[in-house]
Amino acid sequence: MSYLRYSEEHEWVSVEGDVATVGISDFAQEQLGDIVFVELPEVGAAIAAGDQVAVVESVKAASEVYSPVSGEIVEINDVIVEEPSGINGDAEGDGWFFKIKLSDPAELDDLMDPKAYAAFIKD
Amino acid sequence: MSADNVSADNVSSLKSTPLTGLHRSLGAKLVPFAGYEMPVQFSDGILKEHLHTRTAVGLFDVSHMGQIVVRGTAAAAAMESLVPGDLQALKPGRMRYTVLLNADGGILDDLMVTRTADGLFVIVNAACKEADIAHLRAVLPSSVEVAPLEDRALMALQGPMAAETLQRHTEATLSDLRFMSSAAIVIAGADCMVSRSGYTGEDGFEISVSADAAEALAQVLLADSDVRPIGLGARDSLRLEAGLCLYGHDIDATTTPVEAGLAWTIGKRRREEGGFPGDGIILRQLAEGTARLRVGIRPDGRAPVREGAVLTNRDGAEIGIVTSGGYGPSVGAPVAMGYVGALHAASGTGVSAIVRGKPLAARVADMPFVEHRYHRG
Repeated sequence: MSYLRYSEEHEWVSVEGDVATVGISDFAQEQLGDIVFVELPEVGAAIAAGDQVAVVESVKAASEVYSPVSGEIVEINDVIVEEPSGINGDAEGDGWFFKIKLSDPAELDDLMDPKAYAAFIKD
Repeated sequence: MSADNVSADNVSSLKSTPLTGLHRSLGAKLVPFAGYEMPVQFSDGILKEHLHTRTAVGLFDVSHMGQIVVRGTAAAAAMESLVPGDLQALKPGRMRYTVLLNADGGILDDLMVTRTADGLFVIVNAACKEADIAHLRAVLPSSVEVAPLEDRALMALQGPMAAETLQRHTEATLSDLRFMSSAAIVIAGADCMVSRSGYTGEDGFEISVSADAAEALAQVLLADSDVRPIGLGARDSLRLEAGLCLYGHDIDATTTPVEAGLAWTIGKRRREEGGFPGDGIILRQLAEGTARLRVGIRPDGRAPVREGAVLTNRDGAEIGIVTSGGYGPSVGAPVAMGYVGALHAASGTGVSAIVRGKPLAARVADMPFVEHRYHRG
């Protein structure tokens, strides 16, 4: 069974076993506007929660993306590197950024569940 | 995500244009710009707005810019003491792009000057408006009146379909109005000053109309199914692709028109006679060359290279800086412009742009990145 968490920096984490898929939220893609470039981490990279792990660029500006969790990058989404607009199209699905093997699942407890995130972005 | 790009706008005592109400009703994303509340984009978004302007026709509100009447029979000759352009040769109804200069030959603003029946009509950048008016008043003789127009809107209709669109709403024969010309034209019953000019590289018009008539006129044009409202975000990406300078970024008080690749604005007679601020420096630069030049930059990869990025040669020695850059939607790739040492300015020269601490391969490129499509008649 997979479950979904969100960070205050507008990343989502979908956890299945000890591997999490991470992307930016639909709210984030809408705020950014049309995304024209994304830079993803290297497979094999060791990441600590809070590290800057990716960059997304809209027409107007660049934004850093931080990893909400620690672990090792096991897969990256080449599709969005080729076609960054896919992030706008399906940020919380096909627009995923990377998969990470979790080194400290307890970090997930610090993240918001979907309901809490919905309330968070309302403010 | 870094919070800067994902946050609410902080709008305080900003000025409105005659079209601000319309922008709100269209769902525009409004941001502060030069003291005004302006639409950076509408519901289509910057990418679609940009592409629409190059394939169809877009309507821009540029009422934040300064519209100034310079009145008097000696206006053109007097104005030549401030700019390097040949204004006296302009026939009534013809216009010219030029620059206001300081004593070092640096650029105080770039502007459009139209010769009118009673003098000149000048359009200046919003951020420089007050300073330009003060400058004109300080330098021009008292026989020349400097009259900023109040209660006036300015909108731009740009794109390959702009002419056929506008023609549907006016009796005037627009094919007679060629690029860099201006005329008094009635559009949808409103008295307008219309110039065949713009800031996109496409055919189009800039329309000056009274503030009272502006919203109704914009509504008439927007009611046309080919016309979409376009914000400042796309205005910037369009002008960047067209190789056009943005004051305060690509040109400023420290850049001369020669360094900026704008030597073409210096009239032939003016090169012989001088008589504009910084003429000694500028004429010497025309004769001997300059240490640096404004050039186009094409990154080899996908990452945009933006204003402030240091440029180096392929060995890592610093050679210049990027002054404007971003993604070019019509090019389908990142584009930029900046200054490099004259030795590195030849088209095709390999350079590196430092982005997030890493050198990205790029090349000096000719501009415009997208060919201009002006109606020269």
